[in-house]
Amino acid sequence: MDKRAIFGGRLLPYALLLPQVLVTLVFFYWPASQAVWQSFLLQDAFGLATDFVWFDNYVDLFSRADYYRTMATTLAFSTAVTVASLSIALLLAAMADRQLRGGTVYRTLLIWPYAVAPAIAGVLWIFMFQPSLGVLARGLRGIGVDWNPLLNGTHAMTMVVLAAAWKQISYNFLFFLAGLQAIPKSVIEAAAIDGARPFRRFWTIIFPLLSPTAFFLLVVNIVYAFFETLGVIDTMTSGGPGKATETLVYRVFSDGRLGADLGGSAAQSVVLMIIVIALTAVQFRYVERKVTY
Amino acid sequence: MVEQRRFGNLVPHLILCIGIAIVAFPVYLAFIASTHEPTIIANGQMPLTPGGHFLETYYRTIFVGTSGTTREPVSTMLFNSFVMASVIAVGKIAISLISAYAVVYFSFPFRKTAFWMIFITLMLPVEVRIYPTYKVVSDLGLLDTYAGLTIPLIASATATLLFRQFFMTIPDELVEASKIDGAGPIRFFFDTVLPLSRTTIASLFVILFIYGWNQYLWPLLITTRDDMQTIVIGIKKMIVTSDALTEWQIVMATAILAMVPPVLVVVLMQKLFVKGLVDSEK
Repeated sequence: MDKRAIFGGRLLPYALLLPQVLVTLVFFYWPASQAVWQSFLLQDAFGLATDFVWFDNYVDLFSRADYYRTMATTLAFSTAVTVASLSIALLLAAMADRQLRGGTVYRTLLIWPYAVAPAIAGVLWIFMFQPSLGVLARGLRGIGVDWNPLLNGTHAMTMVVLAAAWKQISYNFLFFLAGLQAIPKSVIEAAAIDGARPFRRFWTIIFPLLSPTAFFLLVVNIVYAFFETLGVIDTMTSGGPGKATETLVYRVFSDGRLGADLGGSAAQSVVLMIIVIALTAVQFRYVERKVTY
Repeated sequence: MVEQRRFGNLVPHLILCIGIAIVAFPVYLAFIASTHEPTIIANGQMPLTPGGHFLETYYRTIFVGTSGTTREPVSTMLFNSFVMASVIAVGKIAISLISAYAVVYFSFPFRKTAFWMIFITLMLPVEVRIYPTYKVVSDLGLLDTYAGLTIPLIASATATLLFRQFFMTIPDELVEASKIDGAGPIRFFFDTVLPLSRTTIASLFVILFIYGWNQYLWPLLITTRDDMQTIVIGIKKMIVTSDALTEWQIVMATAILAMVPPVLVVVLMQKLFVKGLVDSEK
């Protein structure tokens, strides 16, 4: 895949690459290697002496019950966000795809939340769910739910999931709609002639043809729920109450901010790094397959 | 569609309208709150129609700020957000353009190495190296500076991959023709490659501007001074833990102001936005 016609020049290509390579070295590779290195070190309480402790930080991390709880929270949170935003987006995209007229209008009206920052989404939803003055909180109180996300972990989790999923609907909608519109109409017409009703057509024909898009979105949504929702969580609950909404990323953030356990925090970062590498690998293997499809 | 049913189209329209209403509701409510008095909001008696304090609230938000913890007016935050988003978008595009150009049009030792080095940064988001990166920036004395806010985020594997892919589609005949005309690599870049890349650059700018505007974790770590914070992190400090002190009308006005620029970009440049989004995910 290389170009045939190529310029000479010895220093120029290096000069062109220099800015990007410099930024990656200073702000990506050096800090990342520091994180890996620190995860093998143990500092004493006063920061005076540092020992190389091999995998002690990891052993310590994985022997803590609360780390598994954070993992479970992360899993529950990402599953809920992914399922909620994907299914709502698919429903809306399937409806918009059936419209000959007004399709683009609906698209415009549905894609703008993509531009809303996760932290701002958090602020909007906390305002609605604020126990004393929120509109939705009042509504819930009215139907007999003792709504209090400041004390009830399940309530807090529901709230965070809703805000995070709300923001992601537009992105999923856009890709689902594009995927739906790429399905040849003749296939659907053929099924209709065979007597398949719209609902049946959707599950037996449209959905299987849409599965590459769905799989791609699944990975993207998991990445989003893992990494990009820090702003939502921080503005809404700060991981509380009682760490009920603390995800793995939020934990690295809040543990490190206290600055007590550098090695442990670094070990957590390395665990996250491994998760990102795995997710990226899955994403790229899939893209390769799509190309040769 | 295949069937023509009299009421068949009504249901999808209805579902879509409900969907749009649900999606828009939080923003509508924020706008309503920004036009009411704080006492009405605090009582939980806020009506669902606009109140009469629109100008007053927005004037105070933009030019004065809350009376609580952060006294910085939102205009300063908007300015910081604008600088951060623009510098990140332009910077990412500029350094990715030239590095993709180097990788595609030149043959030199370590070309593959350089390419992979840029590619692997995809797997190292800020979130997995938060504190070591913070330390580098603070050692370089870049805390509370625009340089610190932007430069560490400026490397972009996605943009480099995208430009590389695009350059691959430029016919080799163009390079040969330019060579015959006596143009060197720099001349070819400015006269041929750059004009051809215009749409790609524009659509990438839309995506990256939004990316930069919406950054949360990074400005939160790097800024300590109130006059350096961006609007997305400034808003969090306006929400006081004891509810009574939170001036919700100002918080909501700030939320609206924080949404307007990126949402406008998406709505007005929808074609470029969609293209950028689809391209950068390939």
